[in-house]
Amino acid sequence: MADYRWPEAGKRSLIGKRISRLDGPVKSSGRVKYTYDVDRPNMLYGKMVLSPYAQATIKSIDTSAAEKMPGVKAVQVMREPGAGILWAGQEVVAVAAETEEQARDAARSVVVNYEKLPHLVRDVEPAKAGDRAKPAAEQTEGDPDKAFQEAEVTVEGQYGSPVITHCCLEAHGQATEWEGDNLTVWASTQNVSGIGGEFASGLKIPAGNVRTLTPVMGGGFGSKFGADTWGVACAQLAKKAGRPVKMMLERDHELMVAGARPSIHAKVRVGAQKDGTITAWSSESWGTGGMGTGGSPRLPYVFRIPNQRKRHTAVLTNIGPARAWRAPNHPQLCLITMAALEDLAAKLGIDPVEMFLKNIGMTGELSKVYAAELQKAAELIEWQKKWHPRGDKAPGVIKRGLGISLHTWGGGGHPSNCACAIHPDGSVEVSLGSQDLGTGTRTVIAIIAAETLGLPLEAVKVNIGDSHYPQSGGSGGSTTVGGVSASTRRATTNALNELLAKAAPSLGVENDQLEAVGGRIQVKGNPSKGMSWKQACAKLGTTLINATGQTSITTPTGPSARDLISSGVGGVQIAEVAVDIETGVVKLEKLVAVQDCGLIIDLKTAESQVYGGCIMGVCYALYEEKIMDEQTGRCLNPDMEFYKLAGIADIGELVVHMMTGPGYDERGVIGLGEPPVISSGAAISNAVANAIGVRVPTLPLTPDKVLAALEKGGAA
Amino acid sequence: MPKRPKSPESDHPKVKGGPEESGRKQGGLGRRDFVKLVGGTGVAVTAGVLTKEVLLPAESNAQAAAGRRGIGPGPVNITLRVNGEDKDVAVEPRVTLLDVLRDRLHLTGAKKVCDRGTCGACTVIVSGKAIYSCTMLAIDAADSSADILTIEGLAPEGQLHAVSAAFVDNDAQQCGFCTPGFVMACKAYLDTQPNPTYEQVKAALGGNLCRCGTYMGVRKAVLDAAMRMKGGRS
Repeated sequence: MADYRWPEAGKRSLIGKRISRLDGPVKSSGRVKYTYDVDRPNMLYGKMVLSPYAQATIKSIDTSAAEKMPGVKAVQVMREPGAGILWAGQEVVAVAAETEEQARDAARSVVVNYEKLPHLVRDVEPAKAGDRAKPAAEQTEGDPDKAFQEAEVTVEGQYGSPVITHCCLEAHGQATEWEGDNLTVWASTQNVSGIGGEFASGLKIPAGNVRTLTPVMGGGFGSKFGADTWGVACAQLAKKAGRPVKMMLERDHELMVAGARPSIHAKVRVGAQKDGTITAWSSESWGTGGMGTGGSPRLPYVFRIPNQRKRHTAVLTNIGPARAWRAPNHPQLCLITMAALEDLAAKLGIDPVEMFLKNIGMTGELSKVYAAELQKAAELIEWQKKWHPRGDKAPGVIKRGLGISLHTWGGGGHPSNCACAIHPDGSVEVSLGSQDLGTGTRTVIAIIAAETLGLPLEAVKVNIGDSHYPQSGGSGGSTTVGGVSASTRRATTNALNELLAKAAPSLGVENDQLEAVGGRIQVKGNPSKGMSWKQACAKLGTTLINATGQTSITTPTGPSARDLISSGVGGVQIAEVAVDIETGVVKLEKLVAVQDCGLIIDLKTAESQVYGGCIMGVCYALYEEKIMDEQTGRCLNPDMEFYKLAGIADIGELVVHMMTGPGYDERGVIGLGEPPVISSGAAISNAVANAIGVRVPTLPLTPDKVLAALEKGGAA
Repeated sequence: MPKRPKSPESDHPKVKGGPEESGRKQGGLGRRDFVKLVGGTGVAVTAGVLTKEVLLPAESNAQAAAGRRGIGPGPVNITLRVNGEDKDVAVEPRVTLLDVLRDRLHLTGAKKVCDRGTCGACTVIVSGKAIYSCTMLAIDAADSSADILTIEGLAPEGQLHAVSAAFVDNDAQQCGFCTPGFVMACKAYLDTQPNPTYEQVKAALGGNLCRCGTYMGVRKAVLDAAMRMKGGRS
């Protein structure tokens, strides 16, 4: 049985080092081709006709004018007359023309008649939502009634986070090209191995006829797993026109329909003893994720408070479908919980670091990790020196404050297959039907392969982004690094063992006496007895080695990856803000992120994930909201001028500290994409409350809300 | 403050008068003037002589100019000077510089993201100034003095300009879709301010947006690129 375990700390030549991402040069020189950049011979451009109404029935569609427009080569009705419309921006017709401008003109000339129906687009309280309110069953744990009766202190608050969007810089979309009944799709997707089947079923062709290509992609964050209606329509247009078609969503379409994170609002009550021991939780929450109900949110977050009562109601709205948004549900639940607990600490007059530490046992298995992280984060932000009780009493209009939050995430590894080829000339390829969203997946695969084979990084060719490579999971839930690390480690170890078997006879030893180090195959403990990698590979003759490795989480008999990867991380963030109480403007001064993620493969890109998570956190804490207009049923800010993201000057100073080394490495590889985005909103909200003396109940913490909260009564 | 594109001020754009050459001196047609005439009415403009003085409100002008030579709405032959080479293209007057670069000249380094002059992903350098190519009409860039530099012109394929190299080394990119715009904004900035401070960098690149969250790397990359460019390593 091959030994797949990671090399020991002292024996790692690449794992855990700071290594620049492999596709960095082709990206920063503008040379690499994204889906949006695909240009096939004779390619047409697709555009879509969108419903202006949030809820309606299509009565009639007249495409005759569009068909006669200059340059138009194909028209595809996406929703037939009689079909319902459930959100503004839902696609009705697609057209393909010689130029993008002609396609846009043609789409404008399509006449669609609708019967407009009543809609709801705001996440109003359940009592005002009528039959749009879908309550879930109440959940209780322990004895909340008794616990609240016995609580020495109770605190109540209402907190919320609005619907936000993904706003991937590369819009959703694809280019499609037919050759007979075979379809090639260049897709901006997080799911190279998975979306072919969706195209196939939509187009009624065998799944094996679809090839998906995604060498690079411009951001997904959870919103790019499916073929989507526009994907199938694009292929239909290409079939009709007999020419390749590229159809990328326009920015307004992208922001209206191609990704929304559900909102949450909650009325919370927390009970505690005077010493800060938390004893009881109750929450009445509601939120919207479009027309889906979702489940009951897992409140309270991180802290398993012994006595709980929770009621949640989904409010069905015509805002477009929810999509997984980086760490689905966690940032919202984190805000609700951490804000309520911070309010409790403020009411008790206890330092929140102390209160969190006092209750750290309620965090379960990760309590030691959290305790260490809290102390580290407090040290990095200079908590002892800077923290003050709620309400900055210093003179002047700028009020400063600190806020804390804790978060967790699973990770683990998705099913993944890797093929490793070692050629007789010494060259090496590793192939996986995976994708690199910008997280550094390509680089991680290369590091693991090179480390395993004792080769320099550049000696390994990584093949990903093509569904013809061995199937690998979609990139969601921070499962990619786990999935591809384990499959790559196994495939390359298996390939190496085959090579060692070829080399062993000429060295007069058994293959298990050999190791691959520094570009050589040599006898363990006797480096002078060996041969170069090339010499070993030459012994293959004309037959290359083609070994495979698998990460399986679906079959109990499949290879367990427990020796290589695991799941479950903790993180702590502390924010420092400066709030101008005259203008209401919140400025993030500093955000400290202390994060655990098991064994780090590439420290450089791992830190970038945490920086990136924090920055997305700043965006939703201070700026982002998908604003819906109840009158028209439409999104009011489907552009990047008014759907606001943080700029380079808006993020303060970010300090990232990775918990690595002994005690962390042994757990193996754990995903890192989701965790760092979870706490930033809560930490910033808590810091603002600490600065101005009053809670701003909902994100984003915009000047109007800060001023309104101050008017209601701030200590500042 | 986001950088706004500046319309070329020359009176001699290389706009060749539509289907046939007018053979007469042609004046500049500013983006605003054009939008005022075409965008506001949706009626084609056919102006015989391309000077601002004779471009009249479209309805009256369209009739008055019937049978005369004009510009648009059909394709117009223009010449753009891109990365040191003259490129002849036929484009409708409404087409942006960004769309011509990407769809006609196959220079896809500049990205189309917001398409409304907000995010900076389409940044190119025109006559030394960083501009959003999604807010400049191609016909406005058709000017003998307008030297258009795209990211493909920064360094030959396979080589890295100092700014691009600094972005790699400082991991100032993740998905990379905003990166070419940042690199071009950075290049234009360092050409005018070769010795920026950390605080100045934060203000200078405020016209570009990133969704993955690479700003910390970008700040370091700009300072690093400044050092490299001074050291003549580009």
